[in-house]
Amino acid sequence: MKKLAFIAVSAAIAAGSPAAADLVFPSLSYRTGPYAAGGIPFADGYADYMTLLNQRDGGIGGVMTRVPECETAYNTERGVECYESTRGDGALVYQPLSTGITYQLIPRTTADGIPLHTMGYGRTSAANGNVFSHVFNYPGNYWDAASVIVNQLLEENDGSLEGQTIALLYHNSAYGREPIRTLETLAAQHGFELSQLAVDHPGQEQGNQWLQIRRERPDYVVMWGWGVMNQVAVQEAVNIRYPMENFIGNWWAGAEHDVASVGADAAGYRSLNMNRLGDMPVFAEIQEHVIDAGLAAGDGSNLGSVLYTRGMYAAFLAAEAARTAQEIHGVAEIDASMMRDGMEALDITNEVMEAAGMPGIGPEFTVTCEDHGGTGMAIMQQWDGEAWVTLTDFIAPDDSVTQPLVEEDSAQYAEENGIEPQCAES
Amino acid sequence: MFYREAGDFKTTYAADNQTFPILFDRYRYYFVLFVGVAIIPFIINDYWANSILIPFLIYAIAAIGLNILTGYCGQVSLGTGGFMAVGAYTSYKLMTAFPGLDMISITLLSGAMTAMVGVAFGLPSLRIKGFYLAVATLAAQFFLIWLFNKVPWFYNYSASGQISAPERDFFYFINIPVTGPNAESWAKYLFCFLFVFVLAWVARNLTRGSVGRQWMAIRDMDIAAEIIGVNPLKAKLTAFAASSFYVGIAGALLFTVYLGAVEVGEAYGITKSFLVLFMIIIGGLGSIFGSFAGAAFMVILPVVLRNILTGTMGWDSALATHFEFVIVGALIMFFLIVEPHGLARLWALVKEKLRLWPFPH
Repeated sequence: MKKLAFIAVSAAIAAGSPAAADLVFPSLSYRTGPYAAGGIPFADGYADYMTLLNQRDGGIGGVMTRVPECETAYNTERGVECYESTRGDGALVYQPLSTGITYQLIPRTTADGIPLHTMGYGRTSAANGNVFSHVFNYPGNYWDAASVIVNQLLEENDGSLEGQTIALLYHNSAYGREPIRTLETLAAQHGFELSQLAVDHPGQEQGNQWLQIRRERPDYVVMWGWGVMNQVAVQEAVNIRYPMENFIGNWWAGAEHDVASVGADAAGYRSLNMNRLGDMPVFAEIQEHVIDAGLAAGDGSNLGSVLYTRGMYAAFLAAEAARTAQEIHGVAEIDASMMRDGMEALDITNEVMEAAGMPGIGPEFTVTCEDHGGTGMAIMQQWDGEAWVTLTDFIAPDDSVTQPLVEEDSAQYAEENGIEPQCAES
Repeated sequence: MFYREAGDFKTTYAADNQTFPILFDRYRYYFVLFVGVAIIPFIINDYWANSILIPFLIYAIAAIGLNILTGYCGQVSLGTGGFMAVGAYTSYKLMTAFPGLDMISITLLSGAMTAMVGVAFGLPSLRIKGFYLAVATLAAQFFLIWLFNKVPWFYNYSASGQISAPERDFFYFINIPVTGPNAESWAKYLFCFLFVFVLAWVARNLTRGSVGRQWMAIRDMDIAAEIIGVNPLKAKLTAFAASSFYVGIAGALLFTVYLGAVEVGEAYGITKSFLVLFMIIIGGLGSIFGSFAGAAFMVILPVVLRNILTGTMGWDSALATHFEFVIVGALIMFFLIVEPHGLARLWALVKEKLRLWPFPH
């Protein structure tokens, strides 16, 4: 058995260390299935920004980037297959854009030493770098988002939500259930009542849930939706004449395609966003170097949309982390462990964003060994019937609520999996 | 020429009744076992294990399980996904409640638990048949998924409702992890192979023994079976128990060894029930070989197609996925038109022809 183990281990090592000439950023995308409406613009934005870096700057630090795409259809089994098939390629960082796939990849990527960046999704307590050494969820997570929404509502209601009801309409999966714990804590703290309405995959059937909303008339409806669920929810809200200003989506429930099918009737619907919108210089450059050159990942029609911008923002954060890693280690051709160091030393300032042609796209934040979560700030945006309009500046979450929850959940994970918190020692 | 009974003399009753009566078949069987145990574990890599072989082995167990119920006993079931979830959640509870327990015990206990649940949901089969039974098992599917979503005890009150498998060992004196991220692929593969081998062997012998004959009597005509002395209560409930035992083990392995983390609605939803049902229909109802063939068809073919379309031919990944549906769907229709009894029947025909070859007259 020992010999067998030795052979297996040496085979694994041989398979895991190819001579990579490119910086490989695999994209576990989904361009098919009920979640494709969100998956396509994000994947396009991610790939196009990397292509822009290749075309305009000759890659990152002189090394070309490569974005191999693998179709997961938002399905966890295919996610595993995609991970295994792209891993040997010298993958630097994984961004699965699916909370379900994230949960599977957390132990695998940690064991394989590849960082995982789950930007505003995935396991919230991964913000604790003491426990989750290879998982990053900057610039924000679901618990921050829940807290941001409540903070905004508090401000609108003169600091008190006493006696109000908030209904949480959520996708009945790990993704949708994430904010419940935070909202329950906040409900106890601020004295509002929380009612939970689960919508099953894929989210097309919401008749019962909206009947209940119609009957109970909650003061606010907060939605954790994705894919086709968002469009259906907005349509149902319009059908029961729910006041749209009081219907608030999280940052995955606020893209053009979610409301465009209803159009002007959905005016007033609000959602969070972790990246700012608007005309940024980088879009012109993508148009010139990527789309007009015929190198776009998609048909180029998504340029500047909410999720395209977010995919581009994700690629920008990955590229900056790779650049940081190159500086730290003094080599251009970095590997996954160096990439991890780069992500952990990431410092996003206004100058960095400006230099990349996307001034103020996100909040300024610094990643440390202990804190992999960023600031958690988000803006509130509103659909005016034709386009998304930014309503507020970046709103900060209430860390005194989310931080203890992160500590508690990550401690439980550390105990279950026998992980020693590590940053504190070094 | 070499594929025939001639010259292979059977001198005992046991030899006369063996599963592979033809010498060449026996050697082929031993060869497959030899390759599976002594060669593949040494050359397997993570991709082959996690994308192809482990899912194939696990779905083969599920297909054998459903074949016992539907193929041999004639009771249509759409609750496979729900029963797989029972196996997975039993494993999870056992793994977290008894950290010292080894995986073989956990998996067998999960199967036993599922068998009990299966018997409970099998009780209506005494009164209802055919499509009506299918609807009753469909209710089991939805009820079980709802239960695992609704009661937080099942997922240990985690924030997301996900269950994830901690690291556990092969057996109590073999301290090799088979679950968790540090498990080697050969260990995971051998663990699944062991279960497939034992369970397929047991299933083959169950189905040709008295129990299996009772099942088949019920399947072919239940009233006639009752008249000749088959107890329908016993036959149907044993079929439900055996079937759920297999399906539960498949569900447990899918969670512990293959996926590692599971979201019940997605991993064990109604689509999984249909997937396993398609496997046995395409593979062949009432055939152990058919279960393997069907599992291979539904698990391996899409992966191979994807690799050919995106890897070799360089297609766009979304286009390749759409075409994958088209091609697999077309192949399913082709096979069902050309051979409605499944791949197992096709294989049997090939064997018939081989026996005569090269002198067909």
